[in-house]
This record gives sequence, structure tokens and C-alpha cells, in this order.
Amino acid sequence: MLRFTLRRLVLLVPVLLGLSLIVFGIARLLPGDPVTLAAGPQATRAEIASLSHELGMDRPLPEQYFTYLRGLVVGDWGQSILTRRPVWQDLRVYLPATLELVVAPMGLAIVIGIPAGLLAAVGRDRWPDHLTRSVSLGAISVPRFFLGLLFQLVFAMWLGWLPLGGRFPIIEDPPSFVTGFLVIDSLIARDGTALLLSLQHLALPAITMCLSPLATIMRMMRASTLEVLQQDYVKTARALGLKPGLILFKYVLKNALSSSLTVIGLYVGWLLGGTVLVETVFDWPGIGLYATKAILTQDFMPVMGVTLAIGVIFVLSNLVTDLLYGWINPMARVE
Amino acid sequence: MAAPVPGWRRMWGRFRRSTPAVIGLAIALVLLFVALFGRVIAPYPGDIAGSVATAVRFRPPSMVHWFGTNELGQDVFSLVLAGARVSLLSGLAVVVLGSLVGTLVGAIAGFIGGLVDEVLMRVTDLMLTLPSLILAMAVAAALGPGIGNMIIAISVSWWPGFARLVRGEVLARREAQFVEAARAVGAGPMRVLLAHILPNIMSAVMVKMSLDMGFAILTVASLGFVGIGVSPPTPEWGAQLAVSRGFLPDDWWTAIFPGLAIVLAVLACNLLGDGLRDMLDPRAQR
Repeated sequence: MLRFTLRRLVLLVPVLLGLSLIVFGIARLLPGDPVTLAAGPQATRAEIASLSHELGMDRPLPEQYFTYLRGLVVGDWGQSILTRRPVWQDLRVYLPATLELVVAPMGLAIVIGIPAGLLAAVGRDRWPDHLTRSVSLGAISVPRFFLGLLFQLVFAMWLGWLPLGGRFPIIEDPPSFVTGFLVIDSLIARDGTALLLSLQHLALPAITMCLSPLATIMRMMRASTLEVLQQDYVKTARALGLKPGLILFKYVLKNALSSSLTVIGLYVGWLLGGTVLVETVFDWPGIGLYATKAILTQDFMPVMGVTLAIGVIFVLSNLVTDLLYGWINPMARVE
Repeated sequence: MAAPVPGWRRMWGRFRRSTPAVIGLAIALVLLFVALFGRVIAPYPGDIAGSVATAVRFRPPSMVHWFGTNELGQDVFSLVLAGARVSLLSGLAVVVLGSLVGTLVGAIAGFIGGLVDEVLMRVTDLMLTLPSLILAMAVAAALGPGIGNMIIAISVSWWPGFARLVRGEVLARREAQFVEAARAVGAGPMRVLLAHILPNIMSAVMVKMSLDMGFAILTVASLGFVGIGVSPPTPEWGAQLAVSRGFLPDDWWTAIFPGLAIVLAVLACNLLGDGLRDMLDPRAQR
């Protein structure tokens, strides 16, 4: 297991290098000159040249890349040309907000999806199965931003049960910044009101985000359960007269879970890139909204920073999934 | 064995047995018709061109305006009909462009192998780790507004999936007996690839294209929703939804109908895609 882990960690290095190279390459290949934009429409040619020199944009490309790479390692991810704030500092504030929108929905999807998929497989071609399949189809067909709008319309505007958007009321004091996750920071500060407020704000965006992983987990769980139910050891357990509930929870669930685990790991990165729309709908101050603003003003460094951050988290979550999978299933360790 | 039935008829028989697939096909055909002739059959073609009638703004749905009117007094039904063209045809264009580039990359990687394969596939894998929507947004913004630029921007993140698929299929076919046979009778590498391997993997590519179509339409609408891609007054569902967000909850019809149009189009594509997969690839039974 140690060798397996080490090998995976070493393999990470070229992947991360490649990732930075690709992000840098795409940003430089795109048309549009960030320096001219940042200097403003009235800037003279000399001013543009001096700004370009200041930002290091007049150096040869390979040199620019190595400067960028060195910065990445030491935590200098460049700065926003418009606000002049370091990207790393912005990410530190906005990333936890986005991660809340990934972790909470993922948790919901796992808690609901695994039993639902199990139930659908056991009740194959009966109503639990049809219900989960309809939910799955609906979840992949309804755009997340439309679903979010519908939830806003019903639960915030008509019923008035939950807040319309934002992460925390402007008039209240948020708990002091420790992790950046409002729910956790409220717990650390032992502030019940803040905890309730942050959960209320999180509810609608989290439910909106959760439907598509829920659909996938349900489908995966259904398929893998059906497969496990066909296995000889399950037949043997049945033939021995074990109770169906015992068979399901002791033998089927554990084996069916391992393939769902892979999907869950892959989904984390995917969800992370998909929060943009939900953040737009609910005015959620995360990296998606941050990236959108930067994109609309052609502010390159924040866009590169967000893209890279999501890529790195994606790679890391794949690594964790790989390691977990190798831990559960020793055969996966052999290459 | 029964008498051989022509291939397409047997496939159609398989397709027809699935009710959801037939429903999907029916909706898709209606939407295709609307995409092609929506501007002609729209009750208020002037509104699509951008005419404004503030006297009748924010009218709720009625017999005169089935889907009500928007903030400019334009007929929402006409705008939704007109929006079908951008959404469906751009979605189709993304999938076609993505599959062409992906097939090219995947075929080269799988067929040549070695270092070329290694380099192309590492790049493909890295592309797959990048957030596709943010990438598409960034590229679209840099290229500037316009439908063509938006299609290119989305395709940038669309080809890797096809490249992976095609590479795998080419690798599986490369040593197949019929390929060996073609080589044995003296077919050159290009001929082997183009005439013998590629035609055999087209059905897998087609299945992925049809399954991707719904997601492509969704992506087009998403870009419209965040305000990148198609610019008004070109009618597009995502952009319509973004504008009418501001008029909730009172004038809900301005948002609900463009949103439902997206749902309907994506649903139809998903149903159709599942049906086509069962039809073209009988081994992948549910």
C-alpha cells in the first residue's frame, strides 16, 4: 500500500506541471491583449509598454511561463489586473464558498442516492425503480440554473421560507474567518444564530446542485447492486436461508459501494466546475462568480487561477479516490 | 435462423420497442421543424426582428399571447420559437465539431501509437481535468461575441471525450482479423484506417454524439445565461431566461417558458440518445 501511494504521488508531479502549462498556453493563445485592456482606452503607447514591462509581459514566452510556475509554487498566483489584488488571496476567500456548494450537495446526494439506488435495484421494474429513473432523467434534463430559479420563485418569493440568495445577511456579522467555511466557522465560534443563517442560505443552492450527482449515484448504485445480486456468494447466502435484509446490508451493500465510490470521486471535480451557474443564480460569492466577473472584463490572472485551482482539486480528488479504491480493493494496487 | 432482415429495418424495430425513445424522436422532430421554420410560423414575426410595443408589456398568457409578453411588449411565444434555431443548431454544431476533432486526434493516437499516442493522450487527459464551462466562457469572451465564436469556444472543451473513445475503439480494431486481412492484401496504412477501421467505429461515435447533444444544448443555454456567447437581440433561450430573471416573481411567464423550452429540448435529446444507443449498440443493454 505504501509503494502504491508513493507511486501515485510521484505521478502527480508531471500531471500538475502539464496542467500549469496547458492553462498558461490557453491564456496566451487567446486573442485580446490584457495589458492594453488594463491600461485603459486613454493609455498612450509608452504607458502600455511600461505596464507591460511591469507585469513581465514583454519577456519571451518560456521565461514568462517559468516565472509563472515559480510563482505558483510559492503561492504567488499573479494579481488581478483590475483590482490589483493577489489572486491567491481572492481564492482563499472565494474557494471555501464554492467548496461548500460541492461538499454539501455531495453529502446530500450520497445520503439519499445510495439507499435509493439500492431500493431501485431490489424493486427492479416496480415503482421504486420507475421513480428513481424518472428523477434521474429529470435531473439531467433540467438545467441547473433554471431549477435554481424555480426554487427561488417557489421557496423564496412565493412561500418566503428561505432567503433569495447570498451567503450570509449583509446586516449581520459573519463568524470570524478561520476556515472560510461559514458553517464550520459558526461552529468554531459557537454561534447558533450564525449557523442557522448560513444553513438557511446554503439550503436552496445545495439542493439545486445535488440533483445531478444524486441521479448519477442512484444509477450507479442501482447497476452495481443488480450486478452483485447475481453473484454466486449472494445466491449461496440465499440458499442458506439468510434473511434478505442481512444479505442486502452485509454482503450486497459493501460490494456495490466500491464502484459508486469511483463515481463520487470523479464527480467532485466536475461539480466544482459546474457551480458557476448556481453561483450566478443565487449570487453566491464563490470562485465561479469571481471567474465570471474576471472573464467579462478579460482579467486573465484570476481566470487562470480559478481554472488551475479547479484542475488541481480535480486531480487531487482523483488521487484520493484511487488511493481509497486501492485500499478497499487490493487487486487495484497491481499494475 | 430467421430470414435476414435489412439492417436498418431491424434497428428501427429495436428502436420502436422503446416508448421513451419514440417520444424523444417525436419531440425532437417537432423541435427541428421549429428550428427551421420557427420564424415563419411565429404569430408575431416582427417581435423577433426586435420591434417594441411597450403599451402591451408584461401581459400574462392569454389567447392573444399564449406565453404572455415581455418587458418590451414582445410576444414570448414567438421569441421562444425563434430561439430554437440558435439553441438546437449550435448544440448540433458543437457536437459535430467536437466529434470531428476528437475522432482525428483519437484515430491518430490509436493508429500510430508510441510517442505520438502518449503525447496526444496526456494532453487529452489534462484537458479533461479543466472545468469545461469556465474554459468555454473564457475562450468565448476572448474570441468576442457571435454564434460562431461561441460554438468554437464550447468545442475546445468538447473534443477530448471523443478522442478517448475513438482511440480506445481504434486500438481494439487495430489487430482485428478483418484489418489483418486488409493489410495482407496490400492495403496501405491510410487505407486501412479510413476504409476499414473508421467505418467500424462510426456507430460508437454516433451514439456518443446523440447522447452529448442534450448536454451541448444545455451548455449553449448556460453561456447565454451568464451573458457570454449570443448577444441580444438574437433570440436565445438562456439569454432570455437571464433577462427575465429580473421580473420574477410577478411576471413569471417571461422566465418559465424559455426555461421549459430548454428542458424539453434536452429531455428529447436524452430520450433519443438512449434509444439510439440501444438501437446501434445492442450489446449495451440496460
